[in-house]
Amino acid sequence: MIQAGFARHARKAVVYCLLLGGAILTTLPLLFMIATALKANVYIMETPPQFFPQHPTMQNFIDAWSLNNFGLFFGNSLIVAITTTVVSVSLSAMMAYAFARFAFPGKNLLFYSLLLTLMIPGLMLVIPQFLLAKNLDLLDSRQGLVFVYIATSLALNTYILRAFFEQLPRELEEAAEVDGGGHIVIFTRIVVPLSTPALATVAIFTFLYAWDEFPWAVTAINSDANKTLPMAIALFQTAHQTQWGLVFAASLIAIIPVIVVFIVFQRYFVRGLTTGAIKA
Amino acid sequence: MASSKGASAISVAKTGEARLPRSFLLGGVLGPRLRRRSTPYLFLAPGYLVFAIFMLYPLAKAIQISFYHWELLPGRDSTFIGLSNYAAVLRDPISWVALRNTVLYAIGTVPTQIVLGLLVASLLDSITRLRVFFRTLYYLPVITSWVVVSILFKYLFSSDAGFANFMLHDVLHVLPGYVGWLQEVPTALFVIALLGVWKGTGWSMLIFLAALQSIPKETREAAEVDGAGPIKTYTRVILPILGPVILFVMVLLVIGSFNVFISVYLMTGGGPIHQTEVLLSYMYHQAFDFLDFGFGAALSNLLAILIVALSLLQIRFLRREVEL
Repeated sequence: MIQAGFARHARKAVVYCLLLGGAILTTLPLLFMIATALKANVYIMETPPQFFPQHPTMQNFIDAWSLNNFGLFFGNSLIVAITTTVVSVSLSAMMAYAFARFAFPGKNLLFYSLLLTLMIPGLMLVIPQFLLAKNLDLLDSRQGLVFVYIATSLALNTYILRAFFEQLPRELEEAAEVDGGGHIVIFTRIVVPLSTPALATVAIFTFLYAWDEFPWAVTAINSDANKTLPMAIALFQTAHQTQWGLVFAASLIAIIPVIVVFIVFQRYFVRGLTTGAIKA
Repeated sequence: MASSKGASAISVAKTGEARLPRSFLLGGVLGPRLRRRSTPYLFLAPGYLVFAIFMLYPLAKAIQISFYHWELLPGRDSTFIGLSNYAAVLRDPISWVALRNTVLYAIGTVPTQIVLGLLVASLLDSITRLRVFFRTLYYLPVITSWVVVSILFKYLFSSDAGFANFMLHDVLHVLPGYVGWLQEVPTALFVIALLGVWKGTGWSMLIFLAALQSIPKETREAAEVDGAGPIKTYTRVILPILGPVILFVMVLLVIGSFNVFISVYLMTGGGPIHQTEVLLSYMYHQAFDFLDFGFGAALSNLLAILIVALSLLQIRFLRREVEL
């Protein structure tokens, strides 16, 4: 009995050691980035490189924020990501409601056309989207980013929300119908409030996607006034080749909001990610 | 069922009456039945319109462009050249280099992510304390922007006294000298794949962990009662249950690996002399550096066909597995 207990404890200890080792390996590059951002620029290309900065300083963060219009880029990213999220989640919730609660001619065709775009590479459409944006006078504008981000995120959001709406019990909606509620009332007063977790999931996905999107931004945007953070960071690195501390301070400013959002809303994240997988 | 249908019919009549002024067009002119029929389309219309303009139309346009010698400048006519762009793609040796690199990336990253993800998920599944803490740490690379991690790896693997060179040469003495990781083709491809694995493993871990936790305790206990050891329980009971999930993850990882772009674009730019290009980076360079839109469109259409075919093949395989 005691031996069995000992073996179990030993096995537990091995599991925790393995997990800890893996976690250190996983986070090491990120820790290295933080350490570099905290070093004054002089110390960065030192040999041997020091992992822990001996004189940590926030100077890089201050410089990254105040030089190079960084506040402007941050603001652009925020506006683009929030607009995309609000519009995309609203439109895809409406679409998901139609797919989940109605039978109508063309339903399968419309739904599968959405799914089709989930399979093909998003970047495949960059050439025609560039021409389209040029014709609609949307190049080099934040609206041009928002339209493409909404269109890109609609399919996955609709897919996830449809699966969720279909699991909702119909009794409440039927009761509301008896009370004389139209479908708009049922949708806004019953379906949407009951679906907060699912809506939160797709909102987070959409926000992160729009916040991090790079290829379309770098293709469509030219002027400094419209640049978003990922673009700014990539150009920042080219412009300040040797000032890695500055580049990583800028990067951290961009990714810290994402990490905070993730840690706060983690449970929604996990549920949303696994919606399709476990059912498949 | 019959009673609820009757009730909803009444409610439609009721709402039609109560909201006559606002829904005059739909309720009044079209009548309640037509209004009922049009409801789903009204819910679909705004979203689908945006989708049609910015996704479906470009999709059709991509096919059209690939058959033309596409002129970007206004006033110059694009000429229809049939399959010439496709022929040019297939004749171009760099296309094949890009395909080779993309396939190597898929082979290098997909199985590694599945095995590592499964390993970490199984370890996490066996503990209760600190599970969420570890899960968060393992998931951090997934939520970190591709741009940031690409620049980070470029720094870690820089040719002078970068972190990798310092660790492998000065500390561990494995390397005789500093390596120009991103300057040589094999090492550059290795670093790009390493980044892919590092960034992606947390995602498959999360899916596998959720799947493992949905397996009822009784299933495992039953296997142990039958005299199966932990390894046997794992290979004979747990893995078969996970089968469909593993295949699902595989399909998505394969699609993802063929989509690799940002890391290549930012770390090597496809160089030296296009030798580290992947399909999408080569498409992008052809279209936006050399302004050959027809060539780029043809290349990306071929890639799309390849991905859809690969996915359908895997899904057919997946379906069969589920039936077993």
